Amino acid sequence: MVFPFLWMVLTSFMEINQIFSDKISLIPQPFIIDNYIHVFTKIPLTGYFINSLFVATLTTAGQIVISAMAAYGFSRMKFPFRDSLFFIILATMMIPPQVNIIPLFFMMSKLHWIDTYQALIIPGLFGGFGVFLLRQWFKSMPYELEESAKIDGCGYVRTFFQIILPLAMPAVATLGIFTFINTWNSFMWPLIVTSSDAMRTLPVGIAAFKGNFVEETQWGQLMACAVISVIPVIAVFLAGQKFLIKSMIIDGMKD
Amino acid sequence: MAPAFLGTLIFIILPSLCSFLLSFTKWNLLSPPVLCGLKNYISILSNPLFYKVLFNTIFYSLSISIFGVIIPLLLAVIIDKKIKGADVFKTMYFLPYITPMVIIAIVWEWILDPQRGIVNQLIFRSQIDWLYNSNLAMYSLILVSIWKNIGYNMILILTGLQGIPSSLYEASKLDGAGEIKTFFKITLPLVSPMLFFVMLITMISSFQIFDLIYLMTNGGPENSTNVLVFWIYKNAFEYFKAGEASAIAYILFLIILILSFVQWKLRKKWVYNE
Repeated sequence: MVFPFLWMVLTSFMEINQIFSDKISLIPQPFIIDNYIHVFTKIPLTGYFINSLFVATLTTAGQIVISAMAAYGFSRMKFPFRDSLFFIILATMMIPPQVNIIPLFFMMSKLHWIDTYQALIIPGLFGGFGVFLLRQWFKSMPYELEESAKIDGCGYVRTFFQIILPLAMPAVATLGIFTFINTWNSFMWPLIVTSSDAMRTLPVGIAAFKGNFVEETQWGQLMACAVISVIPVIAVFLAGQKFLIKSMIIDGMKD
Repeated sequence: MAPAFLGTLIFIILPSLCSFLLSFTKWNLLSPPVLCGLKNYISILSNPLFYKVLFNTIFYSLSISIFGVIIPLLLAVIIDKKIKGADVFKTMYFLPYITPMVIIAIVWEWILDPQRGIVNQLIFRSQIDWLYNSNLAMYSLILVSIWKNIGYNMILILTGLQGIPSSLYEASKLDGAGEIKTFFKITLPLVSPMLFFVMLITMISSFQIFDLIYLMTNGGPENSTNVLVFWIYKNAFEYFKAGEASAIAYILFLIILILSFVQWKLRKKWVYNE
């Protein structure tokens, strides 16, 4: 199961002669870091990395705030058509994103957002999953807390930020990790809306880097890129493993 | 509330309605779309490539949802026996599921490289074209996808297994049933709703595969790995036939909708409550 990861790390420290030799050997000999130096100096890997980090972080933060506000409204306030609106938001989870990609692309080009951070971030802020997940959580929270806050003169906004959100941390963390990893890994949308090297995210940048090899593919350098883009995912995963697995399970059980 | 609903309206609901309208037009993404009635659907349904692409997509999804359930089931049964280090196992198996597809694609391309790849050098000692042979490419992609999905499906199945009361196992032990008999008579029937559920969600996500295809085979060789979403992408952004691409997207949507509907109906019936 983990062999591909192991092989990726080993190859990233190998010299080109060893990679292309007829005799296969598993241990890098000599052990070099030139592949890493090369990908950081010869291609804008740092730029891709920063783009990915920026887009994933902002998307995650935005998703949390937007979904939490909506979920709070759906679980606590009374207004006409509340349940039908909630149902509509839930139903959008069934729409495969690929169905929307052409009109969305057109929208982005009309807004002159192609090749900007707006295009990479804004359409990713909305989705039924976050609203659904947080609403379930809010509904299970006792009313008494909010009532006492109200008696103390807290408005909806303050109650939300000071009482509800902190108490919903486990659900928020779950949504956050899920959104971060999905955005970090997303490929089709960034591929379509970015055109310059400066705006590419890590996956699209690496794909372009690989596409540039005409004769011999530099596997060592590609594996170095791979190691670098896997590290944040593993870090987030290990930090929030408990939440992540849970969120993935809920994602599967949704609808 | 308002931002979430407006955003959903603008970035999800509106585009899907537009997509539906566009599927009845001829449009090259630049000049205004021109209505053409059902022409796109007719031209797709009379294109032999459509049936090939549809077959590929179904074959791919079905293989993954069958083997992507059997293998994790066996692993889950073993892990459920509380062997030492089960948590480490779980983490290891989950890793591919959260790794970016680009990384999975390039690492496997390197492993399966015909001349230098470790699989050919170490095991087969001949230059097998895993990805550049139209008879093999699809199977290689299926293998990679199953590998990617094992961890996730295993964890879902494990939650199913943990819902089986241990008294049933004890009773079966008292009756003198062996491990294999217990598996077929108790574990399998009780976990089968979960298995069917996992199969469905795997199928739904497999129908939407794009990045793996784009990165590893580009739909080739000879369209042997061309699938619906890849074909949508090609039509829209390479051939500039956005109308036809929208029509294909709606055919895909219809399939997903049917699968989601089945999943939703069944979920109500038997999926566990937390």
